[in-house]
Order: sequence, then structure tokens, then C-alpha cells
Amino acid sequence: MGTPSLETKRVTNVPQQTMTHRVKKLIKTVLNYMLLFIVTVIMVGPFLWLLSTALKSGHENIFQYPPSFIPESPTLANFPAALEAFPFWKYLFNSIVVAVFTVGLNLLFCSLAAYPLARMSFRGKNLIFLLILSTMMIPFQLLMIPIYIFALDLGLKNTYAGLILPHATTAFGIFLMRQAFITLPYELDESARMDGASSFQIWWRILMPLVKPSLVTLAIFTFVMSWGDFLWPLIILDDSDMYTLPLGLNALTGLFSSNWRLIAAGSVISMIPIIIVFAILQRYFIEGATKGAVKG
Amino acid sequence: MKRNPLTPYLFLVPGCMILGAFIFYPMLQAIWLSFTDYNMVTEEQFVGLENYGTLFQDDLFWKVLVQTLIYLVGVVPALVILPIFLAILVNQKLKGIGFFRSVFYIPVVTSWVVAGIAWEWVYANNGILNYLLDIFGIINAPIHWLTSTNTALFAVMAVTVWKGLGYYMVIYLAGLQSIPSELYEAADIDGANLWQKISKVTIPLLMPSIMIVSVMSSIAAMKVFEEIYIMTGGGPLNSSKTLVLYIYEEAFQKLNMGYASAAGVVLFIITLIFAVINIRIMGKKESSIQG
Repeated sequence: MGTPSLETKRVTNVPQQTMTHRVKKLIKTVLNYMLLFIVTVIMVGPFLWLLSTALKSGHENIFQYPPSFIPESPTLANFPAALEAFPFWKYLFNSIVVAVFTVGLNLLFCSLAAYPLARMSFRGKNLIFLLILSTMMIPFQLLMIPIYIFALDLGLKNTYAGLILPHATTAFGIFLMRQAFITLPYELDESARMDGASSFQIWWRILMPLVKPSLVTLAIFTFVMSWGDFLWPLIILDDSDMYTLPLGLNALTGLFSSNWRLIAAGSVISMIPIIIVFAILQRYFIEGATKGAVKG
Repeated sequence: MKRNPLTPYLFLVPGCMILGAFIFYPMLQAIWLSFTDYNMVTEEQFVGLENYGTLFQDDLFWKVLVQTLIYLVGVVPALVILPIFLAILVNQKLKGIGFFRSVFYIPVVTSWVVAGIAWEWVYANNGILNYLLDIFGIINAPIHWLTSTNTALFAVMAVTVWKGLGYYMVIYLAGLQSIPSELYEAADIDGANLWQKISKVTIPLLMPSIMIVSVMSSIAAMKVFEEIYIMTGGGPLNSSKTLVLYIYEEAFQKLNMGYASAAGVVLFIITLIFAVINIRIMGKKESSIQG
């Protein structure tokens, strides 16, 4: 409720304005929903079109003009066919292994590094922090050649380690965790130290449980990065047994370039895991993006 | 309460080792390689600035550089401006607004391969886009979106914008939600219309977010790779090839590692220049608005 003076003003205006006001408000609401609907069509339309193709049966001409949006006799037959055409479960497993380790190592290494940067004073602290932040400006595309050569030297070609290690720590993650640690009261460290806790114990037992929201943000951010990554796996993998989902799907389109039903079905299947994760965690996804941008 | 003076460094070791091994060392290595003729087969030779000389004489390099800049000039304004309106749209108190926010974010979480395939299908000659333009009478013959030298680059640019909208929308949404509602109420009392409220209240107060989005989207535009690799492969006739695809091909298909590294260094320098320009311009605008 507003201030009393605003209240009286509103009341005196009501008699002559109610009707036009209501109509205006209704029109505004309808317009808003129309706009929301149009944007929705633009955003998910391409995926729905793909889904429609995946549901079309073999006797239906998918290249007909005008295109038909609703399959004549919808069938699920393309999905098992796609699962046979590319080893979806193997690629899914690879994607999960890579994502779990990338996320886990980032949570661990980033919060380890962030702790002294946020809560200790030591020589070279500012320089180290500045160097870490500067890595955000260096495009991976400049580094991909030497990293590839380096990974070959280490024998990391076609290995999970090769996929995971280059992304195992990010400057963004260190920055995010440092922000989280800075906001906690310093008395926590002091009293724990009085009780004889070591720095490691303070970090693990006291501080880490208090920064869970930031850990969730970092986990989601890293997960999306790892799950969708295409360029690095493309470079470091040539053994198709090691392919992650994006690479597997890309290979499928190469193999069956003319069979659009199969490609569409494969695409829809490979979208399912991320859509499920997103549906469960969408609130955190959207929060994570803002934390990442506004503070990073 | 004596502490081991090494403790802080021990905490930093794992993270810094990764960053050192996979960013700082490769960074120096990339610069070194750009002065060599390394090709993965024979021992590398120091060749001085030869790679850079060859690069600047290569017509294809100039072509992809220009196309990368076209990408930047086309995509960045779209990604700075359009998401503001989306954010305003989803910042209202309407039933089911959370659902729409999530839906607009779906392209962001989808992998580039799926997104690319979906759009290839939309852009097909008998595809849905040509059909829609046809029934609205905009075209009378199908456009070969991804296979014509006139349109391929722009068709891929549109997909880059589409996939980025939701991400930048959310950044703006956070910015919008930090604007005190009293300012809009005051504008209402002064009889401001919607456009005046947007241009006089929303945009100025959104300046920090606008700066972040313009820096992020220009850095992203310089690095564009996946959508092009998947949808056009840089074709037809290199008409949609950009710098990173050029580097990828030189390095991993032709094994000209030294030469490709030189192109990578050029990419790095341009990226830095754009980031600095962005920060400068936006910083000025922001202070002039406040001042």
C-alpha cells in the first residue's frame, strides 16, 4: 500500500477511470502474452520442427512442400533406429564421466585456491590473483594448438583425463568462490583457530558448508560448459569410442546425411538429458548465469 | 597461533598448476610457435616473422578476417539490444512468467550440435523458413540460406543471436531487478509513457549490464566456431568462414601449427582491442550519464 496521500488520489480518480483502466489493463495483458507466445515460437520452434520430423513415419515425405507440422501417422520407430545407428548410451556415459570429473575438480581446486586469496595475507597475493583473472581474457582458440601438442606429449589423446584436465580449474570459478568466502565473517576463522583447527579444517568444515549456494552455481556453470563442449573434444579425440554426446551426434549426421528422420530422432534423444537436468534445476541455471556475469 | 607461512601457497597449488599448465605455458608456447614452422612432423625451425608475412599476404586470411568483423558488427548490437526488450517483457508480474523465462533459456543450454541441426532443417530449401516467407509473400522462390554465398554468413549469424538471447536476457533481468521501483512510480506520476520510461530510466540504470553484455558478446563473436563448423563448414566458397575456423583448419587439417599459431596471436590481439574499446566507450557513457 502506498502513502495515505497517494491512496486518496487513487480513490478520487476511480469513478471516471475504472472502465478504461480495466480495458487498458486487459489489452496490455493480452499483448504481453502475444509477445511472449511469439518469442516462445522463435525460441523452441526449431526444436519442435525437429521433433515433428523425428515423429514422421517412413512413408511420409518429410521434404514435401508446403511442409507439414503435424505428422500424419506419428511413430516412435525412428528413436530406436537412431539408438541403433549411434551408440547413444556409450556417448552419454562418456559425457557424464567428463562432466562429473570436470565439475568435481573445479569445485575442489577453485575453492581451495580461493580460500587464501579471500582470507589470508601473504606475499604476492595480489599478483597471483591478477594473473589468475588475466587468464579470462585469453581465448581458448589461441591455446588449442599448444594444449594439443602438450596433451599429446603427456599421452592424453583419446583419454578422459585429456578431456577433463584442461578445464579442471577456471579463473571464473576461483573468482566466484573468492567472492563467496569474502562475505563470511572473519570471527569464524578466529574462533576455530582458538579451538585448534588447522587452516585446512577451517576451510573444509567451517567455510565450505557456508558457501553452498556459490558451489551450486559453479557446478551448474561448469556442467553446462563441459556438457556442450565441442571444439576441444573434436581436437583431442579421434577414437569414436571416446566421443561425448555432441561429437557422437555430429558423427551421426555425417554418416546419415540423407536420413533426416534418423538425424532428427538422434538430436531429440541427445537433448533429453540436458532438458531433464535443466527442468529440475532451472532456477539455479538462471541465477548462475547472473552471478557469472555480474560478478565475473 | 603460529601459522606455517607456506599454507596459503599450498592451497593455491592445484588450481595454479592447472592454470599454469593449460593456460600460461600454452600461451607462451603459442607465441613461440607463431615464430616457427612447426608442423608436427619435422623438427621446428625458427622463422622469425615469416608466418605473419605469409598471413598478411594470404587473401583467404583477409577474407576470413573481414567476415569475422562482419560477424562482430552484426551480432554484437543485436545481442546487446534485443535481450533488453526480452528482459523487460519477462520482468512483469504475469501468470506463468517463470515458465517463459525458462523456455527462452532453452537454446542456451542446448549443445551447438543439436541447435545447428535444428536450424539446418529450418533453413532447408523446402524448410519452414522459406515456407513462412512464401506465405507472407516476402519471397517467391526459396532462398538457399546455408548454401548460397550471399546468405550463408548471415544465416549463421542469426542462429548465434538466437542462441545467445536467453543468456543475455537473464543478465539484463538481474540488472532490471536492481532498479528501485520508486523511480518508475515517480515517472508514472510525471506522466511518462512506456518509451520515456525505458529510455530515461531503464536504459541509463542498465548501463553496467549493457557494458558487461557488450564485452562478453564481442569476445564471443571473435571466437565463433561451432555454429559455422556444424552448419556450413565455412562454405560455400569460404563465404561463411571466420578466423577460428581458419585457424582450426590450418592447424588440425593441414598441420601448419606455426602458421596457425600466428593467426591465433592475431585473434588474441583483436579480441583484446575490442574488449578495451568496449570498456572505454561504455565507461565514458556511464560517467556522462551519472555526471
